[in-house]
Amino acid sequence: MAMLEVKDLEVYYGLIQAIKGVSFEVNQGEVIALIGANGAGKTTILHTITGLIQPKAGKVLFEGTDITKVPGHKIVSMGMAHVPEGRRVFANLSVYQNLKMGAYTQKDKNAIEENLERIYKHFPRLEERKNQMAGTLSGGEQQMLAMGRALMSSPKMILMDEPSMGLSPLLVKEVFSIIEYCHESGITILLVEQNAKMALGIADRAYVLETGNITMSGDAKEMLENEDVKKAYLGV
Amino acid sequence: MSFLTYIINGISLGSVYAIIALGYSMVYGIAKMLNFAHGDVIMVGAFVVYSMTSKMGLNPLLAIVCAMVFCTLLGMAIEKVAYKPLRNATSSLAVLITAIGVSYFLQNIALIIFGSDPKAFTSVVTMEPIKLAGGELTISGEAVVTILTCIVIMVGLTLFINKTKAGQAMLAVSEDKGAAALMGINVNGTIALTFAIGSALAAIAGVLLCSAYPSISPYTGAMPGIKAFVAAVFGGIGSIPGALIGGILLGLIEILSKAYISSQLSDAIVFAVLIVVLLVRPTGILGKQIQEKV
Repeated sequence: MAMLEVKDLEVYYGLIQAIKGVSFEVNQGEVIALIGANGAGKTTILHTITGLIQPKAGKVLFEGTDITKVPGHKIVSMGMAHVPEGRRVFANLSVYQNLKMGAYTQKDKNAIEENLERIYKHFPRLEERKNQMAGTLSGGEQQMLAMGRALMSSPKMILMDEPSMGLSPLLVKEVFSIIEYCHESGITILLVEQNAKMALGIADRAYVLETGNITMSGDAKEMLENEDVKKAYLGV
Repeated sequence: MSFLTYIINGISLGSVYAIIALGYSMVYGIAKMLNFAHGDVIMVGAFVVYSMTSKMGLNPLLAIVCAMVFCTLLGMAIEKVAYKPLRNATSSLAVLITAIGVSYFLQNIALIIFGSDPKAFTSVVTMEPIKLAGGELTISGEAVVTILTCIVIMVGLTLFINKTKAGQAMLAVSEDKGAAALMGINVNGTIALTFAIGSALAAIAGVLLCSAYPSISPYTGAMPGIKAFVAAVFGGIGSIPGALIGGILLGLIEILSKAYISSQLSDAIVFAVLIVVLLVRPTGILGKQIQEKV
Protein backbone atom coordinates (compact mmCIF):
# COMPACT_ATOMS: atom_id res chain seq x y z
CA MET A 1 0.00 0.00 0.00
CA ALA A 2 1.25 3.43 -0.89
CA MET A 3 1.88 5.84 1.96
CA LEU A 4 0.28 8.71 0.08
CA GLU A 5 -2.16 8.23 -2.73
CA VAL A 6 -3.62 11.06 -4.77
CA LYS A 7 -6.51 9.97 -7.00
CA ASP A 8 -8.05 11.96 -9.88
CA LEU A 9 -7.59 15.25 -8.09
CA GLU A 10 -9.38 18.28 -9.54
CA VAL A 11 -8.95 21.71 -8.00
CA TYR A 12 -10.56 24.98 -9.07
CA TYR A 13 -9.79 28.58 -8.23
CA GLY A 14 -13.17 30.12 -8.94
CA LEU A 15 -13.94 29.09 -12.50
CA ILE A 16 -10.38 28.30 -13.43
CA GLN A 17 -9.37 24.68 -13.20
CA ALA A 18 -5.86 24.52 -11.75
CA ILE A 19 -5.55 20.75 -11.37
CA LYS A 20 -7.15 18.61 -14.06
CA GLY A 21 -7.36 15.10 -12.68
CA VAL A 22 -3.97 14.30 -11.21
CA SER A 23 -3.12 10.88 -9.76
CA PHE A 24 0.14 9.73 -8.23
CA GLU A 25 1.44 7.81 -5.28
CA VAL A 26 4.32 7.95 -2.85
CA ASN A 27 5.54 4.75 -1.21
CA GLN A 28 7.03 4.54 2.24
CA GLY A 29 10.67 5.61 2.38
CA GLU A 30 10.69 7.12 -1.10
CA VAL A 31 11.77 10.55 -2.21
CA ILE A 32 9.38 11.66 -4.94
CA ALA A 33 10.02 14.75 -7.00
CA LEU A 34 7.17 16.71 -8.54
CA ILE A 35 8.69 19.00 -11.13
CA GLY A 36 7.20 21.52 -13.50
CA ALA A 37 7.25 25.13 -14.56
CA ASN A 38 5.84 28.07 -12.67
CA GLY A 39 2.06 27.87 -12.50
CA ALA A 40 1.88 24.18 -13.34
CA GLY A 41 -0.03 23.54 -10.11
CA LYS A 42 2.65 22.03 -7.89
CA THR A 43 1.94 24.15 -4.83
CA THR A 44 -1.80 23.74 -5.32
CA ILE A 45 -1.39 19.98 -5.11
CA LEU A 46 0.56 20.22 -1.85
CA HIS A 47 -1.98 22.62 -0.37
CA THR A 48 -4.78 20.25 -1.31
CA ILE A 49 -2.98 17.31 0.31
CA THR A 50 -2.55 19.17 3.61
CA GLY A 51 -6.11 20.44 3.61
CA LEU A 52 -5.47 24.14 3.01
CA ILE A 53 -7.54 23.93 -0.20
CA GLN A 54 -10.56 21.68 -0.80
CA PRO A 55 -10.60 19.84 -4.14
CA LYS A 56 -13.67 19.76 -6.35
CA ALA A 57 -13.18 16.09 -7.10
CA GLY A 58 -10.77 13.31 -6.30
CA LYS A 59 -9.29 11.80 -3.19
CA VAL A 60 -6.20 12.00 -1.02
CA LEU A 61 -5.35 8.88 0.99
CA PHE A 62 -2.66 8.90 3.68
CA GLU A 63 -1.70 5.45 4.97
CA GLY A 64 -5.01 4.19 3.61
CA THR A 65 -7.12 6.81 5.40
CA ASP A 66 -9.13 9.26 3.31
CA ILE A 67 -7.89 12.71 4.38
CA THR A 68 -9.56 14.70 1.60
CA LYS A 69 -12.05 16.32 3.98
CA VAL A 70 -9.80 16.41 7.05
CA PRO A 71 -9.13 20.02 8.10
CA GLY A 72 -5.55 21.23 7.70
CA HIS A 73 -4.70 21.45 11.38
CA LYS A 74 -5.53 17.77 12.00
CA ILE A 75 -3.16 16.43 9.38
CA VAL A 76 0.07 17.18 11.23
CA SER A 77 -0.82 14.89 14.09
CA MET A 78 -1.43 12.10 11.58
CA GLY A 79 2.27 12.29 10.74
CA MET A 80 2.46 14.55 7.71
CA ALA A 81 4.42 17.82 7.90
CA HIS A 82 4.51 20.51 5.25
CA VAL A 83 7.42 22.89 4.65
CA PRO A 84 5.63 25.67 2.78
CA GLU A 85 6.85 27.69 -0.16
CA GLY A 86 8.65 30.83 0.94
CA ARG A 87 9.49 29.12 4.31
CA ARG A 88 6.69 30.97 6.19
CA VAL A 89 8.64 31.10 9.46
CA PHE A 90 7.07 33.19 12.24
CA ALA A 91 9.17 36.30 11.67
CA ASN A 92 8.53 38.00 15.01
CA LEU A 93 9.08 34.89 17.11
CA SER A 94 12.50 33.58 18.10
CA VAL A 95 14.10 30.58 16.44
CA TYR A 96 13.40 28.56 19.59
CA GLN A 97 9.73 29.63 19.64
CA ASN A 98 9.42 28.69 15.98
CA LEU A 99 10.77 25.22 16.67
CA LYS A 100 8.41 24.82 19.63
CA MET A 101 5.50 25.77 17.35
CA GLY A 102 6.50 22.85 15.14
CA ALA A 103 5.91 20.56 18.12
CA TYR A 104 2.47 22.07 18.79
CA THR A 105 0.69 18.73 18.38
CA GLN A 106 3.29 16.75 20.34
CA LYS A 107 2.27 15.83 23.86
CA ASP A 108 5.38 13.97 25.07
CA LYS A 109 7.71 16.60 26.61
CA ASN A 110 10.75 14.30 26.52
CA ALA A 111 10.23 13.58 22.84
CA ILE A 112 10.05 17.33 22.16
CA GLU A 113 13.32 17.89 24.02
CA GLU A 114 14.98 15.01 22.15
CA ASN A 115 13.79 16.36 18.82
CA LEU A 116 15.04 19.81 19.70
CA GLU A 117 18.46 18.46 20.64
CA ARG A 118 18.65 16.40 17.47
CA ILE A 119 17.75 19.43 15.35
CA TYR A 120 20.23 21.70 17.15
CA LYS A 121 22.90 19.03 16.64
CA HIS A 122 22.16 18.82 12.97
CA PHE A 123 21.66 22.55 12.45
CA PRO A 124 24.18 24.19 14.79
CA ARG A 125 23.37 27.56 13.21
CA LEU A 126 19.86 27.37 14.65
CA GLU A 127 21.21 26.71 18.13
CA GLU A 128 23.61 29.66 17.85
CA ARG A 129 20.68 31.87 16.92
CA LYS A 130 17.97 30.31 19.04
CA ASN A 131 17.03 33.58 20.73
CA GLN A 132 17.12 35.64 17.55
CA MET A 133 13.91 36.69 15.79
CA ALA A 134 13.34 34.39 12.83
CA GLY A 135 12.68 37.35 10.55
CA THR A 136 16.30 38.49 10.95
CA LEU A 137 17.76 35.19 9.69
CA SER A 138 19.18 34.87 6.20
CA GLY A 139 17.13 33.05 3.57
CA GLY A 140 19.17 29.87 3.97
CA GLU A 141 18.84 29.92 7.74
CA GLN A 142 15.11 30.48 7.44
CA GLN A 143 14.87 27.44 5.17
CA MET A 144 16.77 25.38 7.76
CA LEU A 145 14.41 26.68 10.42
CA ALA A 146 11.34 25.80 8.35
CA MET A 147 12.69 22.27 7.90
CA GLY A 148 13.67 21.96 11.56
CA ARG A 149 10.21 23.16 12.52
CA ALA A 150 8.64 20.44 10.36
CA LEU A 151 10.90 17.81 11.93
CA MET A 152 9.75 18.86 15.41
CA SER A 153 6.42 17.14 14.78
CA SER A 154 8.17 13.75 14.34
CA PRO A 155 6.61 13.28 10.91
CA LYS A 156 6.46 10.08 8.89
CA MET A 157 6.26 12.14 5.74
CA ILE A 158 7.29 15.68 4.78
CA LEU A 159 5.99 17.69 1.86
CA MET A 160 8.56 20.26 0.77
CA ASP A 161 7.61 23.15 -1.45
CA GLU A 162 10.46 24.78 -3.38
CA PRO A 163 13.04 24.51 -0.61
CA SER A 164 15.78 25.86 -2.88
CA MET A 165 13.88 28.96 -4.00
CA GLY A 166 15.91 32.15 -3.81
CA LEU A 167 19.02 30.52 -2.38
CA SER A 168 22.60 30.67 -3.59
CA PRO A 169 24.01 27.50 -5.23
CA LEU A 170 26.02 26.75 -2.10
CA LEU A 171 22.94 26.98 0.11
CA VAL A 172 20.92 24.91 -2.36
CA LYS A 173 23.45 22.11 -1.84
CA GLU A 174 23.12 22.46 1.90
CA VAL A 175 19.33 22.31 1.72
CA PHE A 176 19.50 19.17 -0.40
CA SER A 177 21.87 17.56 2.09
CA ILE A 178 19.20 18.23 4.74
CA ILE A 179 16.61 16.53 2.55
CA GLU A 180 18.95 13.57 2.25
CA TYR A 181 19.35 13.54 6.03
CA CYS A 182 15.56 13.47 6.46
CA HIS A 183 15.36 10.63 3.96
CA GLU A 184 18.08 8.66 5.73
CA SER A 185 16.27 9.00 9.03
CA GLY A 186 13.36 7.16 7.42
CA ILE A 187 11.07 10.02 6.46
CA THR A 188 9.14 9.78 3.21
CA ILE A 189 9.47 12.92 1.12
CA LEU A 190 7.38 14.56 -1.57
CA LEU A 191 9.55 17.28 -3.05
CA VAL A 192 8.20 20.04 -5.26
CA GLU A 193 10.96 21.84 -7.11
CA GLN A 194 11.68 24.13 -10.00
CA ASN A 195 15.32 23.16 -9.73
CA ALA A 196 14.65 19.96 -11.65
CA LYS A 197 18.28 18.90 -11.87
CA MET A 198 18.82 18.86 -8.11
CA ALA A 199 15.42 17.34 -7.45
CA LEU A 200 15.88 14.50 -9.94
CA GLY A 201 19.36 13.92 -8.55
CA ILE A 202 18.01 13.14 -5.11
CA ALA A 203 14.66 11.52 -5.96
CA ASP A 204 13.78 7.86 -6.49
CA ARG A 205 10.91 8.59 -8.84
CA ALA A 206 9.51 11.74 -10.35
CA TYR A 207 6.35 13.17 -11.90
CA VAL A 208 6.31 16.02 -14.39
CA LEU A 209 3.39 18.40 -14.05
CA GLU A 210 2.28 20.66 -16.92
CA THR A 211 -0.65 23.08 -16.54
CA GLY A 212 -2.56 20.85 -14.18
CA ASN A 213 -1.79 17.47 -15.80
CA ILE A 214 0.88 14.88 -15.12
CA THR A 215 2.59 14.43 -18.46
CA MET A 216 5.37 12.09 -17.52
CA SER A 217 6.37 9.82 -14.66
CA GLY A 218 9.06 7.32 -13.92
CA ASP A 219 12.49 6.64 -12.49
CA ALA A 220 14.21 9.91 -11.59
CA LYS A 221 17.64 8.91 -12.92
CA GLU A 222 16.15 7.86 -16.27
CA MET A 223 14.30 11.13 -16.44
CA LEU A 224 17.58 12.99 -16.04
CA GLU A 225 18.64 11.38 -19.34
CA ASN A 226 15.32 11.92 -21.11
CA GLU A 227 15.67 14.29 -24.06
CA ASP A 228 12.30 16.07 -23.55
CA VAL A 229 12.97 16.64 -19.86
CA LYS A 230 16.47 17.85 -20.65
CA LYS A 231 15.15 20.35 -23.13
CA ALA A 232 12.23 21.60 -21.06
CA TYR A 233 13.52 21.52 -17.48
CA LEU A 234 17.26 21.02 -17.36
CA GLY A 235 18.26 23.74 -19.77
CA VAL A 236 20.58 21.60 -21.88
CA MET B 1 -3.61 68.16 45.62
CA SER B 2 -6.29 68.45 42.96
CA PHE B 3 -3.63 67.70 40.33
CA LEU B 4 -2.92 64.34 41.99
CA THR B 5 -6.63 63.60 42.08
CA TYR B 6 -6.86 64.28 38.35
CA ILE B 7 -3.90 61.99 37.72
CA ILE B 8 -5.51 59.16 39.67
CA ASN B 9 -8.86 59.68 37.94
CA GLY B 10 -7.03 59.74 34.62
CA ILE B 11 -5.26 56.47 35.34
CA SER B 12 -8.51 54.93 36.49
CA LEU B 13 -10.40 55.97 33.35
CA GLY B 14 -7.36 54.97 31.31
CA SER B 15 -7.45 51.51 32.91
CA VAL B 16 -10.98 51.03 31.61
CA TYR B 17 -9.88 52.16 28.14
CA ALA B 18 -6.92 49.78 28.38
CA ILE B 19 -9.15 46.80 29.19
CA ILE B 20 -11.43 47.63 26.25
CA ALA B 21 -8.44 48.36 23.99
CA LEU B 22 -7.12 44.87 24.74
CA GLY B 23 -10.18 43.38 23.09
CA TYR B 24 -9.71 45.57 20.00
CA SER B 25 -6.03 44.87 19.85
CA MET B 26 -6.20 41.10 20.31
CA VAL B 27 -8.94 40.70 17.73
CA TYR B 28 -7.08 42.92 15.29
CA GLY B 29 -3.82 41.07 15.91
CA ILE B 30 -5.34 37.66 15.33
CA ALA B 31 -8.30 38.10 12.97
CA LYS B 32 -6.90 41.24 11.25
CA MET B 33 -10.23 42.98 11.58
CA LEU B 34 -11.57 45.98 13.49
CA ASN B 35 -14.46 44.82 15.61
CA PHE B 36 -16.44 48.02 15.91
CA ALA B 37 -19.15 46.16 17.82
CA HIS B 38 -16.71 45.69 20.68
CA GLY B 39 -17.85 48.90 22.41
CA ASP B 40 -21.44 47.72 22.41
CA VAL B 41 -20.49 44.44 24.04
CA ILE B 42 -19.40 46.63 26.98
CA MET B 43 -22.88 48.09 27.11
CA VAL B 44 -24.45 44.62 26.99
CA GLY B 45 -22.23 43.48 29.88
CA ALA B 46 -23.19 46.49 31.93
CA PHE B 47 -26.90 45.95 31.20
CA VAL B 48 -26.66 42.31 32.33
CA VAL B 49 -25.23 43.47 35.64
CA TYR B 50 -27.79 46.30 35.88
CA SER B 51 -30.67 43.87 35.33
CA MET B 52 -29.39 41.35 37.81
CA THR B 53 -28.50 43.76 40.62
CA SER B 54 -30.94 46.69 40.33
CA LYS B 55 -33.91 44.74 38.98
CA MET B 56 -33.54 41.29 40.53
CA GLY B 57 -31.48 42.24 43.56
CA LEU B 58 -28.84 39.56 43.04
CA ASN B 59 -25.28 39.59 44.39
CA PRO B 60 -23.09 41.94 42.30
CA LEU B 61 -20.22 39.44 42.04
CA LEU B 62 -22.56 36.77 40.73
CA ALA B 63 -23.94 39.34 38.30
CA ILE B 64 -20.44 40.15 37.02
CA VAL B 65 -19.66 36.48 36.45
CA CYS B 66 -22.95 36.09 34.58
CA ALA B 67 -22.19 39.19 32.49
CA MET B 68 -18.78 37.75 31.57
CA VAL B 69 -20.29 34.43 30.55
CA PHE B 70 -23.05 36.19 28.60
CA CYS B 71 -20.61 38.48 26.77
CA THR B 72 -18.24 35.58 26.04
CA LEU B 73 -21.06 33.66 24.38
CA LEU B 74 -22.26 36.81 22.62
CA GLY B 75 -18.76 37.56 21.30
CA MET B 76 -18.34 34.03 20.00
CA ALA B 77 -21.79 34.09 18.43
CA ILE B 78 -21.10 37.42 16.68
CA GLU B 79 -17.84 36.04 15.35
CA LYS B 80 -19.44 32.84 14.10
CA VAL B 81 -22.55 34.35 12.54
CA ALA B 82 -21.35 37.74 11.29
CA TYR B 83 -17.57 37.66 10.77
CA LYS B 84 -16.48 34.09 10.06
CA PRO B 85 -18.43 33.77 6.78
CA LEU B 86 -16.59 36.88 5.55
CA ARG B 87 -13.13 35.80 6.60
CA ASN B 88 -12.06 35.00 3.07
CA ALA B 89 -14.02 37.82 1.45
CA THR B 90 -12.05 39.63 -1.22
CA SER B 91 -12.56 43.01 0.42
CA SER B 92 -11.72 43.56 4.07
CA LEU B 93 -14.27 46.39 3.98
CA ALA B 94 -17.07 43.80 3.97
CA VAL B 95 -16.29 42.64 7.49
CA LEU B 96 -15.72 46.22 8.69
CA ILE B 97 -19.18 47.25 7.50
CA THR B 98 -20.64 44.13 9.08
CA ALA B 99 -19.03 45.10 12.39
CA ILE B 100 -20.66 48.52 12.23
CA GLY B 101 -23.96 46.77 11.48
CA VAL B 102 -23.54 44.48 14.49
CA SER B 103 -22.82 47.55 16.60
CA TYR B 104 -26.14 49.18 15.64
CA PHE B 105 -27.92 45.86 16.01
CA LEU B 106 -26.80 45.52 19.64
CA GLN B 107 -27.68 49.16 20.40
CA ASN B 108 -31.15 48.73 18.94
CA ILE B 109 -31.82 45.50 20.79
CA ALA B 110 -30.91 47.33 24.01
CA LEU B 111 -33.18 50.22 22.98
CA ILE B 112 -36.12 47.84 22.54
CA ILE B 113 -35.54 46.14 25.88
CA PHE B 114 -34.46 49.04 28.10
CA GLY B 115 -35.60 52.21 26.31
CA SER B 116 -33.45 55.17 25.44
CA ASP B 117 -33.40 57.10 28.72
CA PRO B 118 -30.30 56.67 30.86
CA LYS B 119 -30.77 54.62 33.99
CA ALA B 120 -28.99 54.96 37.31
CA PHE B 121 -26.38 52.25 37.70
CA THR B 122 -25.58 51.20 41.25
CA SER B 123 -21.85 50.86 41.70
CA VAL B 124 -20.74 47.29 42.34
CA VAL B 125 -17.80 48.57 44.39
CA THR B 126 -18.52 48.75 48.10
CA MET B 127 -15.05 49.82 49.16
CA GLU B 128 -14.79 53.08 51.16
CA PRO B 129 -12.80 55.92 49.54
CA ILE B 130 -9.21 56.18 50.70
CA LYS B 131 -8.39 59.53 52.28
CA LEU B 132 -4.78 60.63 52.17
CA ALA B 133 -2.89 63.75 53.30
CA GLY B 134 -5.35 64.55 56.05
CA GLY B 135 -8.41 64.24 53.84
CA GLU B 136 -7.13 66.50 51.07
CA LEU B 137 -6.60 63.66 48.59
CA THR B 138 -9.48 61.24 48.16
CA ILE B 139 -9.22 58.14 46.03
CA SER B 140 -12.55 56.54 45.28
CA GLY B 141 -13.05 52.83 45.81
CA GLU B 142 -13.98 52.53 42.12
CA ALA B 143 -10.63 53.99 41.07
CA VAL B 144 -8.70 51.55 43.26
CA VAL B 145 -10.67 48.54 42.06
CA THR B 146 -10.43 49.62 38.41
CA ILE B 147 -6.67 50.12 38.48
CA LEU B 148 -6.07 46.85 40.35
CA THR B 149 -8.35 44.94 37.96
CA CYS B 150 -6.47 46.36 34.99
CA ILE B 151 -3.12 45.28 36.44
CA VAL B 152 -4.40 41.77 37.19
CA ILE B 153 -5.81 41.44 33.65
CA MET B 154 -2.59 42.65 32.02
CA VAL B 155 -0.40 40.28 34.02
CA GLY B 156 -2.83 37.40 33.57
CA LEU B 157 -3.12 37.89 29.84
CA THR B 158 0.64 38.21 29.35
CA LEU B 159 1.17 34.97 31.27
CA PHE B 160 -1.61 33.30 29.32
CA ILE B 161 -0.07 34.23 25.96
CA ASN B 162 3.46 33.30 26.89
CA LYS B 163 2.91 30.22 29.03
CA THR B 164 -0.05 28.34 27.61
CA LYS B 165 -0.51 26.38 24.43
CA ALA B 166 -3.60 28.35 23.48
CA GLY B 167 -1.62 31.56 23.96
CA GLN B 168 1.16 30.30 21.72
CA ALA B 169 -1.44 29.36 19.14
CA MET B 170 -2.69 32.96 19.26
CA LEU B 171 0.82 34.24 18.62
CA ALA B 172 1.23 31.90 15.66
CA VAL B 173 -2.17 32.75 14.16
CA SER B 174 -1.49 36.47 14.52
CA GLU B 175 1.68 36.05 12.47
CA ASP B 176 0.57 33.69 9.72
CA LYS B 177 -2.73 31.80 9.66
CA GLY B 178 -1.64 29.36 6.95
CA ALA B 179 1.64 28.47 8.63
CA ALA B 180 -0.17 28.14 11.96
CA ALA B 181 -2.56 25.61 10.43
CA LEU B 182 0.44 23.66 9.12
CA MET B 183 1.73 23.44 12.71
CA GLY B 184 -1.53 21.73 13.66
CA ILE B 185 -3.13 24.82 15.19
CA ASN B 186 -6.90 25.11 14.87
CA VAL B 187 -7.09 28.62 13.39
CA ASN B 188 -10.88 29.01 13.62
CA GLY B 189 -10.86 27.80 17.22
CA THR B 190 -8.09 30.23 18.10
CA ILE B 191 -9.96 33.17 16.56
CA ALA B 192 -13.13 32.17 18.46
CA LEU B 193 -11.12 32.00 21.69
CA THR B 194 -9.77 35.50 21.05
CA PHE B 195 -13.28 36.87 20.64
CA ALA B 196 -14.32 35.03 23.81
CA ILE B 197 -11.52 36.56 25.88
CA GLY B 198 -11.99 40.05 24.41
CA SER B 199 -15.73 39.96 25.10
CA ALA B 200 -15.30 38.72 28.67
CA LEU B 201 -12.90 41.62 29.25
CA ALA B 202 -15.45 43.98 27.69
CA ALA B 203 -18.02 42.84 30.28
CA ILE B 204 -15.60 43.69 33.09
CA ALA B 205 -14.82 47.06 31.51
CA GLY B 206 -18.54 47.82 31.20
CA VAL B 207 -19.15 47.17 34.88
CA LEU B 208 -16.15 49.24 35.94
CA LEU B 209 -17.09 52.10 33.62
CA CYS B 210 -20.69 52.23 34.79
CA SER B 211 -19.62 52.00 38.42
CA ALA B 212 -17.34 55.02 38.04
CA TYR B 213 -19.81 57.02 35.93
CA PRO B 214 -23.04 55.63 37.39
CA SER B 215 -25.51 55.78 34.51
CA ILE B 216 -26.29 53.38 31.69
CA SER B 217 -28.03 53.68 28.32
CA PRO B 218 -27.90 51.76 25.01
CA TYR B 219 -25.24 54.24 23.84
CA THR B 220 -23.00 53.83 26.89
CA GLY B 221 -20.51 51.67 25.03
CA ALA B 222 -20.23 53.64 21.80
CA MET B 223 -17.93 56.50 22.81
CA PRO B 224 -15.69 54.51 25.19
CA GLY B 225 -15.47 51.92 22.42
CA ILE B 226 -14.22 54.48 19.92
CA LYS B 227 -11.82 55.94 22.47
CA ALA B 228 -10.47 52.52 23.38
CA PHE B 229 -9.93 51.93 19.67
CA VAL B 230 -7.96 55.18 19.62
CA ALA B 231 -6.01 53.93 22.65
CA ALA B 232 -5.23 50.66 20.88
CA VAL B 233 -3.95 52.50 17.78
CA PHE B 234 -2.13 54.97 19.97
CA GLY B 235 -0.18 52.28 21.83
CA GLY B 236 0.35 50.15 18.74
CA ILE B 237 -2.53 47.95 17.65
CA GLY B 238 -1.87 44.25 18.19
CA SER B 239 0.36 44.83 21.21
CA ILE B 240 -0.81 44.08 24.77
CA PRO B 241 1.52 46.51 26.59
CA GLY B 242 0.63 48.99 23.84
CA ALA B 243 -3.05 48.76 24.80
CA LEU B 244 -2.11 49.46 28.42
CA ILE B 245 0.09 52.47 27.62
CA GLY B 246 -2.35 53.82 25.04
CA GLY B 247 -5.29 53.44 27.41
CA ILE B 248 -3.60 55.11 30.39
CA LEU B 249 -2.25 57.98 28.26
CA LEU B 250 -5.66 58.55 26.74
CA GLY B 251 -7.34 58.58 30.15
CA LEU B 252 -4.78 61.06 31.47
CA ILE B 253 -5.06 63.36 28.46
CA GLU B 254 -8.83 63.30 28.65
CA ILE B 255 -9.08 64.05 32.38
CA LEU B 256 -6.33 66.69 32.36
CA SER B 257 -7.86 68.49 29.37
CA LYS B 258 -11.22 68.45 31.09
CA ALA B 259 -9.65 69.90 34.21
CA TYR B 260 -7.35 72.52 32.77
CA ILE B 261 -8.46 73.34 29.24
CA SER B 262 -12.10 72.71 28.50
CA SER B 263 -14.46 69.89 29.23
CA GLN B 264 -16.19 70.42 25.87
CA LEU B 265 -12.94 70.24 23.96
CA SER B 266 -11.48 67.22 25.77
CA ASP B 267 -12.56 64.70 23.12
CA ALA B 268 -11.23 66.91 20.35
CA ILE B 269 -7.89 67.13 22.16
CA VAL B 270 -7.77 63.35 22.56
CA PHE B 271 -8.21 62.83 18.82
CA ALA B 272 -5.78 65.65 17.99
CA VAL B 273 -3.10 63.92 20.06
CA LEU B 274 -3.82 60.67 18.20
CA ILE B 275 -3.28 62.41 14.86
CA VAL B 276 0.02 63.88 16.02
CA VAL B 277 1.23 60.52 17.37
CA LEU B 278 0.33 58.78 14.13
CA LEU B 279 2.13 61.42 12.08
CA VAL B 280 5.31 60.85 14.07
CA ARG B 281 4.96 57.10 14.65
CA PRO B 282 2.51 55.54 12.18
CA THR B 283 2.61 52.17 13.97
CA GLY B 284 1.78 53.65 17.38
CA ILE B 285 4.01 53.89 20.43
CA LEU B 286 4.83 50.19 20.77
CA GLY B 287 3.72 49.03 17.34
CA LYS B 288 6.03 46.70 15.51
CA GLN B 289 7.79 48.04 12.50
CA ILE B 290 6.99 45.70 9.68
CA GLN B 291 10.15 43.84 8.95
CA GLU B 292 10.52 41.52 6.08
CA LYS B 293 13.51 39.73 4.79
CA VAL B 294 13.42 37.98 1.49
